[in-house]
Order: sequence, then structure tokens, then C-alpha cells
Amino acid sequence: MQKLLLLGDEAIAQGAIDAGLSGIYAYPGTPSTEITQYVISSKEAREKNIKATWTTNEKTSAEAALGMSYAGKRAMVCMKHVGLNVAADAFINSSITGANGGILFVVADDPSMHSSQNEQDSRFYGKFAMIPILEPSDQQEAYDMVHYGFDLSEKFGIPVMLRITTRLAHSRAGVTRKLPRQQNEIKLPANLKQFILLPSIARKQYKGLLNNQRHFLNEAESSDFNHFRDGKDKTMGIITCGLAYNYLLENFPDGGIPYPVLKISQYPAPEKLVEKLYNECDSVLVLEEGYPLVEELLRGLLNNGKTIKGRLDGTIPRDGELNPGIVATALGSEMAVSRQVPAIVANRPPSLCKGCSHIDSYSVLNEAIAQYGKGRVFADIGCYTLGALAPYNAINTCVDMGASITMAKGASDAGLRPAVAVIGDSTFTHSGITGLLDAVNEKSSITVIILDNSTTAMTGGQPSAAFAKIEDICKGLGVEDEHIRIIKPLNKRHEENLDVLKEELAYEGVSVVIPRRECIQTLNKRMRDKQKLKEKRVDA
Amino acid sequence: MKKDIILAGVGGQGILSIAAVIGYAAVQSGLYLKQAEVHGMSQRGGDVQSNLRLSDKPIASDLIPLGKADIILSVEPMESLRYLPWLNEKGWLITSTQPFNNIPDYPSMDDLITEIEKLPYHIALDADLMAREAGSLKVANIVMLGAASPFLDLDYDQLKKAIAFLFGKKGDEIVELNLKALEAGRNVGLKNAN
Ligand SMILES: Cc1ncc(C[n+]2csc(CCOP(=O)(O)OP(=O)(O)O)c2C)c(N)n1
Ligand code: SF4
Repeated sequence: MQKLLLLGDEAIAQGAIDAGLSGIYAYPGTPSTEITQYVISSKEAREKNIKATWTTNEKTSAEAALGMSYAGKRAMVCMKHVGLNVAADAFINSSITGANGGILFVVADDPSMHSSQNEQDSRFYGKFAMIPILEPSDQQEAYDMVHYGFDLSEKFGIPVMLRITTRLAHSRAGVTRKLPRQQNEIKLPANLKQFILLPSIARKQYKGLLNNQRHFLNEAESSDFNHFRDGKDKTMGIITCGLAYNYLLENFPDGGIPYPVLKISQYPAPEKLVEKLYNECDSVLVLEEGYPLVEELLRGLLNNGKTIKGRLDGTIPRDGELNPGIVATALGSEMAVSRQVPAIVANRPPSLCKGCSHIDSYSVLNEAIAQYGKGRVFADIGCYTLGALAPYNAINTCVDMGASITMAKGASDAGLRPAVAVIGDSTFTHSGITGLLDAVNEKSSITVIILDNSTTAMTGGQPSAAFAKIEDICKGLGVEDEHIRIIKPLNKRHEENLDVLKEELAYEGVSVVIPRRECIQTLNKRMRDKQKLKEKRVDA
Repeated sequence: MKKDIILAGVGGQGILSIAAVIGYAAVQSGLYLKQAEVHGMSQRGGDVQSNLRLSDKPIASDLIPLGKADIILSVEPMESLRYLPWLNEKGWLITSTQPFNNIPDYPSMDDLITEIEKLPYHIALDADLMAREAGSLKVANIVMLGAASPFLDLDYDQLKKAIAFLFGKKGDEIVELNLKALEAGRNVGLKNAN
């Protein structure tokens, strides 16, 4: 079969196209974005009429995917780890409804927080929902697991989680394709009450889920993705989860790992295989990317048994992603590093692009708020979060998407005036609207600055669900017309913009200021595409 | 055959196109490849790197272990030094001397050159200057690829074919421009290799 060079994310996307996917829904988020991006750009997916779309947030993604599963077709929903917090209500309850057409929750974790607020481990969510979890060790497994995951989902009528981490998501390798298969036909659930979670039905469904646990375990026990490899040296047994397997292999370039090794890539953790390793070896080393999930299972509360090494006893750092060096240290073979980074090498943090509209917005905000003093700006997540760094030092919070407006409201309730929220256009429709409604209903005194650069810039310029709708949404929620102010964030308009913002900061009530100017990156891209189109026309 | 390469630069400088050319040439040569990239936050003008691993045997880790890289190929002088702990004893540091100065505490050029010259195997060239001579500033990254080409253990023709393939969509002129840049860089690389 054809071999392609694919990112882990792209392998999942291609795997889904080949496995008879009918729809993929996502809100962008590093490191998961490239999955959906790939399907949206795929000619093959278009020809197959696969629905591929960015949604307003992760919860709406998950519910749309569940609806497609209800209708009997295969659906996938993709998100970064914190996206699952937003989709959690749909996710957990979908394990009770179960699936009809196959449904995969693809969740990309970001250990070491390369582009995230935390490094939460989504396997705990999978365990919480009591559903099977797949965790590929490489790009080929990522591809293969989509096929397998859909089969598993349809076999037991259960959503399946596919968990990856940043390194796999954003690393390329050769992937061999399978023969593509057909999509499902529309087919309603055999039991039309399956998806009605009234207590009387939910209790039955839940018993079914509990009953299925042993089947999920049997699947993991016999899965090709989990395997036990014996070794002569029984002083230690090694358990690897997902990607960690590669870092172990890397430390034995000529093969021949002396210790017994259990590779886990499918959960629930295969009890019998774990037991075999535990019984045969004097101690166990657990290598897992993320929180110590398997390690905690092994230790139990009291750890009365054999020595378990991993993140909890300090053999491996408690936080951050793994790498071959950390694994080498855990194996007792220090890596020889002779060279140091010269002292003159300075940090180079990410920064706002030259000409970015957020820069002009922050210079207006900083000046307008100076008379009140520091510490009053509740911000949110996006490119504009870089306003936290020098030279802007313009914002004071960044917690979770949408928190700017509601935190400003809470602080205003406490008496902090003015209380300012700064939120991007995409973040506003993701999770800001409901908070603004709270503020309007309570006539809170806050000023909400919605930075409208007409795109979801941070994650690469996906369309914004808020496009050309922001004023109407605010009006609809009940913000007074005269306190919805649109400004153009340009240096030459600094003075007039300053006047507008000062007026609204002084207003006791909900006011919304919308600095509107397109992101430089998407603007440039649009211009380039236009130019290309022109050239093509001339050629023709 | 096994080559571990760290590509370094600043977000937006085009190190992923270098990776794409090497990657395509490697796959066409029947080699295994793994390439870890950086996407997301740091692409906004921050430091970026890519771990590129080629081998005639299957590759385990997506990340290159410390002290194991054969080449650091950088399109920016300060960034070339950030990854020194990864470079092996016999490894080459190949960098452009054109600074990308977007931070207040950027070191002096003299200090940077001093540090680069401390390395037993290094090549430092002004890729921007050579790119302009070739016809466009945009091909500075391909000049750097050319300079590294004698050390990659890849057939030079495969690299040229990869460029023709990857830039083919943009027209013959762009392909020619990139090939010219590749050749110019390669000549510098060859001179230093001997
Ligand atoms: C729940 C959740 N989903 C996704 C993300 C990833 N994410 C961070 S910022 C952002 C986009 C923000 O877009 P916008 O608000 O328009 O600001 P811009 O980057 O355009 O300035 C996304 C998708 C996240 N951090 N949390
Ligand atoms: S990508 Fe757009 S929004 Fe983000 S910093 Fe650059 S110009 Fe500003």
C-alpha cells in the first residue's frame, strides 16, 4: 500500500478518511489543530463528502459528533486537552448513552505546556468515563488505531478515546495506508430510547457500561497494541505507555533490552500482563508521558509491595514531557554532555507580530487605565495573551477561555472599578457570550474589550465563528446600543480611540468596545492568494 | 547510515521548508525518517527548532538525545548556539551569520562569532547576502541547506529533485532560483569540508 510522510496528527486524519469517516468536528487547539486542518484541506475527503468543520467550541463539536453517531455514521471530534474540560459534560454523558455509529474522541495533551495553560493527562478523563483508551506509540499506530477504534466503538456501542501528546502530534514519519473502506449508511439506534438519559433509562444504560468493563479489559488484554516482551534480567521490569516505548528503544540502539518490557497502548491497563511482569520482576519502572496513572494503579494507596519507580519516587521528574535522556537517567546510564549553552544566548520568547492590531489596542488601554492604577485587566487566551509580556505588561489574568468577562464581573461585584475584560473574537463566541449575558442581566459595571481581528489567529488563522456578528450578538444580549463602540486600532487613531475607551471605562454599567482590524498574517495570506488567482487568470 | 540533524531558527524563518526538502530526498532514497517540529505558540517570533533524523534502519525516538546530533543547521547565529548540548564531539555547526534581532538583550556579533569559532567543526556564512546574489532574500534557507548538503550523506541529485518537486507548483523560475541558492551554499560547504 501507499506510504505517506505524515505528522502524527495527519496520520490520524488520513486514518479517519480511510476508515470510513463521515464527519469530523473540532475547535482548534495546539497540538490537535492539524488533524481537522488536514481533513478540511483533503481533496479526497471532499470527494467522499466528508463533513469537516470548525465549530464554536469543543462542546458543540462533541455534541455534533454524537449526533452523527446517533444517525449511524462514523464521527470524530478533536481537541486539545483543556478542550475536553469544555466538552466534558457531553463526553462523560456520551459514555452512558453509548454510541451507534463509531465515535472517537481524539484528545491531544501538551506535557511541558509548550502552548497551554496546564499539562493535564486526558487518560484520567477516559478512565473517569470508563471507556477504552488508545494511546499510540508512533505515527503508524496512530493511523491504525483509528480503524481499530471505530471497530471497537461499533462493536460495543461505546465512544473510544484516542489520546496523543505533543511530540507525536507534531512529528513526521512514514505511514503505510490501509485499503479505504466505505462510510456507514444512515441507521437509527436499534433502541430509540438509548440516548434519553432520564434517570430510569440512564440507570439501565449505566449498568450496561459497568457490565462492559470486563469486555473492555479483555480487549486490552488481547490487543495487538499491548505486548509483553521477555528479558533475562528480572531485577527490573519496565512498563511503557504510548510514546515512552520509543524513548526506551532509543536507549538500546542494538536491540536486546535485558529487562522484561510491557508496552501499553490500550486501556483499561491489561491486568494479567501487568501482573505477569510484577510477579516475575524484583522491581518495576513505569515510563509514561503525563501524570503517573499506571504508576498509581500499581502502587495502590500503601505501596506495600515491590519497589515501583517512576514519577512518584523521583526516578523521573514529576512534571514535563519525557525524552530519551530522562529515560537514560532512569535506567542508570547518564548521558555524557560535554557542551553547554554559551551564556550570551538570550531567551527569545514569542511576541506579537509587527503591525499586529493588538499592539495598538494595548497602547490605548495602557494609557486609558493609567489614571486608575494597575491590576484591573482580566484577559483571555489568544495571541493577545502575549500582552502579558514586556513591553506591554497590559493584562493581569489568563485562566480559561471566556474567563475574562466573568472574572471581571466577579471583581466588579467585589467593588473593583473599573474592571476590564479583554477577549478575542473567537474566544468571545467560544465561551464569552454566556458571561456577558450574566453581566447584562445584573447590570454589572464592566468594560469588555472584544479584540476583533476576524480570525482565530493563535492557532494559525482558522475562521472565527464571531465573524461579522459581534455587535449583533452584544445587542441581542441586551448591551445598550450607545455603549457598543467600534474603533479601528491604528497608531494614527490613537487619540480618538483613547477618548472612546476613557468614556466607557467611566461608565457604570456594561460597555463593549470592539477594536476591529484584521490580523496581519491572515491579511497577508489573503493578499497572496488573491495575487496567485490573478496570475492564474492572466496565464489562462 | 544515520544522521541526526537539529534545524534551528526563529519562527517564520522557513526551517520547515529545509526539513521538507531533506525529508523528501531521504524518503526517495529509501531511508527512514522522523522529524519533530514545533507548531503553536513559539511560532510567533520565538525560537524554533526541528529534530530531523535519517537512517537506513528504523528510528525509535522522535527526539534526538543530548550529545547525539551530527549537525546543527541554523538560519540564525544566536539560535545555532542554543542547541550545543545536543551536538556530538565530531558534529558540525553550520549557521548563517545574519542576526534576527527582535529582543532587547541580543548579544554582540563579535561575541557570537567568538563562540561559533570555538567549535572545531563549523561553517558560518552570510546566507542573506548569498541569497540576494542568487536573486531573492527568500531563498536564504535554501542557501543554508546547500552549505549543509555535503554533510548529509544524501545524493546531491536527490536534493535537487526534491527542490524541483516541492517548488514545482510555484513555476520553473522559482525552482531555478532555489537550485541556484542550493548550489551557491553547497560551494561554501564543500570548501570547508576539505
Ligand atoms: C478550551 C480551549 N480550547 C482551545 C484553546 C486553544 N486556543 C488558545 S487561543 C485560541 C484562539 C483564540 O482566538 P481569538 O480569541 O480570536 O484570539 P487571536 O489569537 O485571534 O488574537 C485557541 C483556539 C484553549 N487554550 N483552550
Ligand atoms: S498572528 Fe495576527 S493576531 Fe497573532 S500576533 Fe500576528 S498579527 Fe497579531
